[in-house]
Amino acid sequence: MAKAYHYTLGSQCYRFKNLADLMAKATPARSGDRLAGVIAESAEERVVAQMALAELPLATFLEDHLIPYEQDEITRLIIDTHDNQAFAPISHLTVGDFRNWLLSDLATPEMLTRVKAGITPEMAAAVSKLMRNQDLILVARKCRVTTAFRNTIGLPGRLSTRLQPNHPTDDVTGIAASILDGLLYGNGDAVIGINPATDNVAQSIKLMTLMDEVIQKYQIPTQSCVLTHVTNTLEAIEQGAPVDLVFQSIGGTQATNDSFGFNLGVLAEAQDAAKSLKRGTVGDNVMYFETGQGSVLSANAHHGLDQQTCEVRAYAVARHFDPLLVNTVVGFIGPEYLFDGKQIIRAGLEDHFCGKLLGVPMGCDICYTNHADADQNDMDNLLTLLGVAGCTFIMGIPGSDDIMLNYQTTSFHDALYARRALDLSPAPEFERWLGEMAIFDDVAKHAPSSVLPGSFARSLANLPATGANQ
Amino acid sequence: MTDNPLDQAVTDNPWHHLRQFTDARIGLGRAGISLPTACSLEFQLAHARAQDAVHLPLDVDVLCQDLEALDGLSASLPIKRLHSRVPDRFTYLQRPDWGRRLDEASVQRLRAEDAAAQPAFDLAITVVDGLSSLAVQQNAAPFLAALTRVLADDDQVWSLAPLSVVEQGRVAIGDEVGELLNARAVLVLIGERPGLSSPDSLGLYMTWGPAVGLTDAYRNCISNIRPAGLAFDDASRRLLYLLRESRAKGLSGVNLKDRTQDDVIESSQGIRNFLIS
Repeated sequence: MAKAYHYTLGSQCYRFKNLADLMAKATPARSGDRLAGVIAESAEERVVAQMALAELPLATFLEDHLIPYEQDEITRLIIDTHDNQAFAPISHLTVGDFRNWLLSDLATPEMLTRVKAGITPEMAAAVSKLMRNQDLILVARKCRVTTAFRNTIGLPGRLSTRLQPNHPTDDVTGIAASILDGLLYGNGDAVIGINPATDNVAQSIKLMTLMDEVIQKYQIPTQSCVLTHVTNTLEAIEQGAPVDLVFQSIGGTQATNDSFGFNLGVLAEAQDAAKSLKRGTVGDNVMYFETGQGSVLSANAHHGLDQQTCEVRAYAVARHFDPLLVNTVVGFIGPEYLFDGKQIIRAGLEDHFCGKLLGVPMGCDICYTNHADADQNDMDNLLTLLGVAGCTFIMGIPGSDDIMLNYQTTSFHDALYARRALDLSPAPEFERWLGEMAIFDDVAKHAPSSVLPGSFARSLANLPATGANQ
Repeated sequence: MTDNPLDQAVTDNPWHHLRQFTDARIGLGRAGISLPTACSLEFQLAHARAQDAVHLPLDVDVLCQDLEALDGLSASLPIKRLHSRVPDRFTYLQRPDWGRRLDEASVQRLRAEDAAAQPAFDLAITVVDGLSSLAVQQNAAPFLAALTRVLADDDQVWSLAPLSVVEQGRVAIGDEVGELLNARAVLVLIGERPGLSSPDSLGLYMTWGPAVGLTDAYRNCISNIRPAGLAFDDASRRLLYLLRESRAKGLSGVNLKDRTQDDVIESSQGIRNFLIS
């Protein structure tokens, strides 16, 4: 039987029926928790829950499992891989003490690296609920997570971009045009990644080949990915396709991932298959995961948990497979989960912080749909905040408009804004390439060339009925 | 363009002409590294239209007039005017669960019909505002004009239940409508989530054996029906294919594949990847 939690404030005693209830009630307000029926009933109850949570020892989460160990392979993964030695420096802390410790100068980048294997998703989620936005930014900024495949992602002072050249019919020429646009705006060092409009193995292989040929011809220090189901990618590998990264959307409960059609065993198989291709030149992080608050409730698999706690449990899955990139697609799911710009911004900062604290290479699809109460200004705010927080990567898309998925995310221009405003650079190998190819006049000043670089000009000249340079 | 683009505040992109190959917003040029004013305003206009489409209420009177004027639907009149359990747009956006169920008055309106012990119909058609009333207002009547022609020409008879219009509804509300009308299949016409360049996209969802509580796995969808997207006649033909398959197999959803969509798509432009040519 799950343990109940109490907190006495003045003469009033507040009761929380179990740890999941306490976590949910302590969560900053968002529409998805209201939809799930787990939200605090008043603003006061929320803060009282936060006060109760602050007094809870971190070690509680190793005993009181939010989803039973027997029922859920992600709970088993979290508990079975918990590193007690790494946990030792923080094992005596309460959640409230943990916040103080993270903000203090005791928590150096080296110390944060040392303890990360001792931090469970539930501990990270709990402490994030007590933190203001500035706390989430400041601590995330201290976390060091570096990964590599054909370039090195996540170094301090760097901001990478996924070039996302989606097209509503997967038209090769249309996709190539968007890839060219992105490269010439200095985007694409995290990955060139396509969401296929037609989701089958043959179509995926066609798109993988397209990107592989471009990367090879121009010797681009980056990697490609087709965002198709993990089982499709496995089949593509068997058929000899040029697979750099394996993609999968993941959730924080086993039931969610069942509904997505995979389990941890399938991910392990896919990771092995991709690593065996040995296509990475400077590293072998071969996995690319996407997550997002609300996906678990959407799959009707939340076990009474709040959506942010479910989200952080997904990072335990990600962490286990040493991904190159993890992307929280924060505003895509719609206003029934994150209602407006304020909720989207908060969720983006929470996801980034929790991911980094657990040691995951966290990027963010800073985005919104047209039925959410959000606009470009909200995205500018979140982009700036995440840039300051040391976000690993963002999306880059022509003019913010994804004409296949029908939502708005950050543009090639937005990436250059963040680089200039915060003096951030792309991955070092890619940055050198931008200079060598004369795509940028001055990489240090984030200044693209106004002239079409020679090799691209020659390709454009081959197009029928168009001059490359009028 | 001047001879020296560095003289200008706005730097044009020499690959701008690639816009002929895609609707993606490529080659926008830049002011410094930022969006030029004209591009920025063009984007704002598209977003404003998409947002307006979400919040614009459906004019039910006008829609009903348009639908009543269609020749092929005269047997399905009068139109049943229905409403979900959602009171307003603000709630609609946050409570998809309420948008999937009819309010009590609507249930009674359909039950009254049931009391007459009418026979089972082959198909119930319901028009739902969804996330874009604009899509429904502009595209529902012309689509149904095309569909009724296709159904009339089919070698099987398709008996139609009374036509209904639902306000503040989600896709799954069609299951309740179809179940109460005792129809073998339900077709939902609904306004889709507006895209930046497609605020008027109509979606079709077809369910065999509609019943409250069915998931999306039991539905087949045809999307992006609008003058600049999938044409009304093409959508009608694809839907008839699905309806016939569904009737023959007695099912719908993931087990009913639309085999017209399995091809690997090559370039519609007849050009290969120019970056490697």
